[in-house]
Amino acid sequence: MTGTEKTPAAAEKTPAAAEKTPAGTGETPAGKGKAFSGPGRPGSGAPLLETRGCGKTFGGVIALRDVSTRVDAGEVTCVLGDNGAGKSTLIKILAGVHPPDSGEYLVDGAPARFTSPRDALDRGIATVYQDLAMIPLMSVWRNFFLGSEPSRGRGPFRRFDVARAKRTVREELRSMGIDIRDVDQPVGTLSGGERQSVAIARAVYFGARVLILDEPTSALGVKQAGVVLRYIAQARDRGLGVVFITHNPHHAYPIGDRFLLLNRGTSMGEYGKADVTRQEIVSLMAGGAELEQLAHELGRDEPGRDVTSRDEPGWDVTSQGGPGRAGT
Amino acid sequence: MTVKAGTDERLASTGLARRLLIRPELGAVVGAIVVFVFFASQSETFRSANGVANWLDPASTLGIMAVAIALLMIGGEFDLSAGVLTGTTGLITVILSTRYGLPVWAAMLVALVAALLVGFLNGMIVVRTNLPSFIVTLGTFLMLQGINLGVTKALTGTVQVGGLRRAEGYEQARAALAGTFTIGETDFRVAILWWLGVTALATWVLMRTRAGNWIFAVGGDDRAARAVGVPAERTKIALFMTTATAAWLVGSILALRFTSVQANAGLGQEFVYIIAAVIGGCLLTGGYGSAVGAAVGALIFGMADKGIVFLGWDADWFKFFLGAMLLLATLANRLVRRYAEEVRH
Repeated sequence: MTGTEKTPAAAEKTPAAAEKTPAGTGETPAGKGKAFSGPGRPGSGAPLLETRGCGKTFGGVIALRDVSTRVDAGEVTCVLGDNGAGKSTLIKILAGVHPPDSGEYLVDGAPARFTSPRDALDRGIATVYQDLAMIPLMSVWRNFFLGSEPSRGRGPFRRFDVARAKRTVREELRSMGIDIRDVDQPVGTLSGGERQSVAIARAVYFGARVLILDEPTSALGVKQAGVVLRYIAQARDRGLGVVFITHNPHHAYPIGDRFLLLNRGTSMGEYGKADVTRQEIVSLMAGGAELEQLAHELGRDEPGRDVTSRDEPGWDVTSQGGPGRAGT
Repeated sequence: MTVKAGTDERLASTGLARRLLIRPELGAVVGAIVVFVFFASQSETFRSANGVANWLDPASTLGIMAVAIALLMIGGEFDLSAGVLTGTTGLITVILSTRYGLPVWAAMLVALVAALLVGFLNGMIVVRTNLPSFIVTLGTFLMLQGINLGVTKALTGTVQVGGLRRAEGYEQARAALAGTFTIGETDFRVAILWWLGVTALATWVLMRTRAGNWIFAVGGDDRAARAVGVPAERTKIALFMTTATAAWLVGSILALRFTSVQANAGLGQEFVYIIAAVIGGCLLTGGYGSAVGAAVGALIFGMADKGIVFLGWDADWFKFFLGAMLLLATLANRLVRRYAEEVRH
């Protein structure tokens, strides 16, 4: 068992969030009840986004029930849950793909009723989907401005301002600290992390106030995931509200300010960073009991050894999501 | 860890050679040079001015269609009805101006409206039903073929209509679309200028307009394009209407040149257009290709078509040549695609 090196790259790669909470140390009062549903943090007015008891059913299937959360400017709200937990349904509500069937969805404190993702986009809510962020055969600059191309000239001579597009992309990526060799190269030649980063930079450039990221790190290797987490931190530091959907608590914990845990379509509580440890999130996500059961099943029959020990780092089977664990 | 200033040291691996390699038209240009050198070294007629005018002629009408089809294929769709539509538009023009006394220009206008309608319907059915355009346009192809034959036979009792020469406005229309211009002492077909114009316009649209960006996007990944607000349906319908317009242009050029149209005109050409576009670097899967490449693909065809005749070979070898070129081009394209889509995690 390689316990120590399993500490995810995220922790060491993200300078923004110091990580210092091994399980069992000091104050962990959150427990398993509802926590952090109280007032927002100091200095925050109305949250950028807020859901109050949102629910959604598809035919007879309840995809989401009574979920409340909020996203503040300059903060990262992590939505955690295993496959089928309702993460995708929640983002679709936030992104304007589906209106909620019950409950309220508020933008800037006022109820919002989006009929299409375009509506949400117009309010500054940009969604970066895991699989359809970019078109592989097109160059970085063409992808960056796709759908919102800058143009010059008038009438029939209106044309794509290519020079400006290339220059802007180069500057924008540099200012986000994204290091792309050449904006003319096809996006398909970028690594997965670079692609997500460009997509994030694009959303930031086009005036997003809220960035919804659907499993941006799930298909990535350890190093690449760290790179993406760093850009999420960049976006946050620029004052954007970020919704970070993931099934990987090790990616979420270092960067998140608030953690919404979903399981089978319902909320298992929303926690502030101070109120919960990483191990508790892992345990809540998998349903602690289930995980212990699994640890028993997988463990060797060695008498006298307690395989369910919480302090043992090797037991977090949910770390580093593989490709088979993509979105729900 | 990262190098920001000056040139990036990693750019060395994507040098000029690789950059050229990923240009879609590269294969076609190399192919065209090889074919030209081969025929020019074997046949004096081929390299004479008259010879050039001779092989540019078939290249021009094919080229206009190949460029339009290339745009459509970059947009991720096929149009099998384009070949027969050249016949349909020609037939409409000739029938209306010879049987119903319309001036040639007016008849051509009606033919254009009909062509745009066919293109619109093709596009509409494809985007609304999400059926493969291969099937949808195969349907229109067969229907148009039936209409061409049925209507022509019903009106004339034969399978061709002619006599366009006597129609009002014929000379003007012919001068514009099917006349000749002289360079030195050699007459070249005006269609060559149309071919160059269409290629230049298509290239400009593709590389330098928003619409061009949308065409690459809807062909590359339809869903991703929609997600960022590209009007995918409008783009695709416009592309089908563009190929229909090109079919009208070519149909008119041919009708004016020969003053008569066979009811089966254009039949079998649809695949030649696609082949020329593919030789020019278009991927069958869409999202990649070039208008210049398609025009050069058509040039290769023109040279081979006439070159084989100049060399005194049996014209049947043209088919062999066609197949070999197609195979080579597709293999080359596959390599390009692999390079471009290569993902490094």
